[in-house]
Amino acid sequence: MKENDRFSMPDCFNLASKPSLFCPGCGQSMFLKHLGSVIDQQKIIDKITLAIDIGCSLLAWNYFDFDIIQTHHGRVVPTAVGYKMAREKRIIIAIMGDGGGYAIGLQSLLHAAFRNNPITTFVMNNTEYSMTGGQMAPTTMSKELTTTSPEGKEEKLFGGAFLGPELVRQAANSDAYIARASVSNPVILETIIKKAILAQTTGNFAFVEVLTICPTNWKTDVAGSFEFLGKMEKIYPVGEIIKNGRTKNK
Amino acid sequence: MKNSGFVTGNEAVVLGALAGGAEMFFGYPITPATEILEGWVNAAREDKNLKYLQTEDEIAAGFAVVGAILAGKKAFTATAGVGNVLIQDPVSMAENERLPFVGIVTQRGGPSTGTVIYSQQEVNLTALGGNGDGLRIVYSASSVEESYLLTAKLFSTAWKFRFPTFLLTDGYLGKQRITISLSNPLKSYPASKILKEIPGKPTHIRNCYGSEAEFAKVLRRNISDYKALISKVSECEFFKATDASDIIVAHGSVAEASKAAVISLREGNVEAGLIRPITLRPLDCRGMFPYLKAAERIYIIESSFEQFARLVLYKMPEIADKTIKIFKPAEGFTPKEIEKTILERRK
Repeated sequence: MKENDRFSMPDCFNLASKPSLFCPGCGQSMFLKHLGSVIDQQKIIDKITLAIDIGCSLLAWNYFDFDIIQTHHGRVVPTAVGYKMAREKRIIIAIMGDGGGYAIGLQSLLHAAFRNNPITTFVMNNTEYSMTGGQMAPTTMSKELTTTSPEGKEEKLFGGAFLGPELVRQAANSDAYIARASVSNPVILETIIKKAILAQTTGNFAFVEVLTICPTNWKTDVAGSFEFLGKMEKIYPVGEIIKNGRTKNK
Repeated sequence: MKNSGFVTGNEAVVLGALAGGAEMFFGYPITPATEILEGWVNAAREDKNLKYLQTEDEIAAGFAVVGAILAGKKAFTATAGVGNVLIQDPVSMAENERLPFVGIVTQRGGPSTGTVIYSQQEVNLTALGGNGDGLRIVYSASSVEESYLLTAKLFSTAWKFRFPTFLLTDGYLGKQRITISLSNPLKSYPASKILKEIPGKPTHIRNCYGSEAEFAKVLRRNISDYKALISKVSECEFFKATDASDIIVAHGSVAEASKAAVISLREGNVEAGLIRPITLRPLDCRGMFPYLKAAERIYIIESSFEQFARLVLYKMPEIADKTIKIFKPAEGFTPKEIEKTILERRK
């Protein structure tokens, strides 16, 4: 990506897909820009295949200038596992939402982490299901309003905040790379994306939860969106989730 | 490869997959299909180019098959019963994206967990499952040797025509061990890259569309391609059907029992014959219809409740009036029983 060129869009973007299908101000398109920047910096465009889930992530179906496959809800991880086994030299990146990762597809996410399948996976956490209009997700925080928790998420019935990376860490091989990043800090986000790709190229599973914003369903302006993101960051701590002290499987 | 082998039907499936050029297997154990997974794992111990993964469930197995196919490999799964229910999710994606998904369905009894060894009750789900207008190719094997030959053929059919392709067997077929010929008459159709891996000329594959009109165009093309393959893919066996007054229409293990019944009926001077669709979808109606039209009585016999009959009669409603339907959901037929039933029904 060149400074002030192409409105600073990464070179690996598919310009024909821009303006993209994401809502104005969407945090996922911020994440995709940083992913694109890392791919540019690492000069790996000729090695990348992107796999995306259902939900807002499907809006990226033609986002980049490299191969992209769009799968079913919660099924991007096993699709990526099969793909990687068939094409070991490719770098496969799987993107899903908090429903795909933590609800319908959790079983596959945990088992890929457990087996240490060398794939790089990202879950977008914006505390709700956005494509369907803002329903409650496992990541919805206690007392948070959504269309299916109109009086605030009742922790007694639905649980509190879902700590995905911390859970995945418990199941994952000790060599797996597990982290949480936020679109509020692009420098840390890009560093974590780089490490998550590096983990795959050294034969390990990588999982990153990205805290992101949804102005459309949150009904927030710019300041309000980042204020809400700040609240999330207090409940969902950003950083690498360190190895859990289990014996290495080697 | 040896010219013959003393193998089970499930082992024959593994050998057929190897003959068909399969490279990868993804699956989850379920009776009566488990030996296909085990057989592939053993084959992979001898040939390091073969890969497999015992996944967390059949959904993951099916999507891993999809992922491997997108990477250009001949991959497949084998399942049964409730596992067949779970693979409908990935198969539906394969239908949408025209991916050469290959599946072996070793039928067991249902609904639900049902029974573990035998039925012909997975015809509806395998032939017509998925959401939307399911377009698949479905073969049905009636012997161990045919399990071998048709499995080899599945991969060529799937990769040539780019529709999900299945083989129906059952647990009796899968677990019986006999000596079969292991020659493969079909030259395997090659796999090819689906994701082209060319930066700047990306392959973008999706299954979700923004408008009804855009998606309808995709579906119209798929339906048109499916209609065009019918005459090339559909297969049928005709056994003493030419001059038959009484024709049995059956598939799989029931057809094998029916063949023995036809021989016995002929010995008793009943002009019986058998028509055995080898492809249940698409059906070889053009081949079958003249014989069925000429017959006095038709017997559709199946180990399920009007699943196979529905496929046949929907395509050839003209034969409905003279068709006698004999259903035994989840139970098998002996040749004697078929012979007796036909003699009674002819009175």
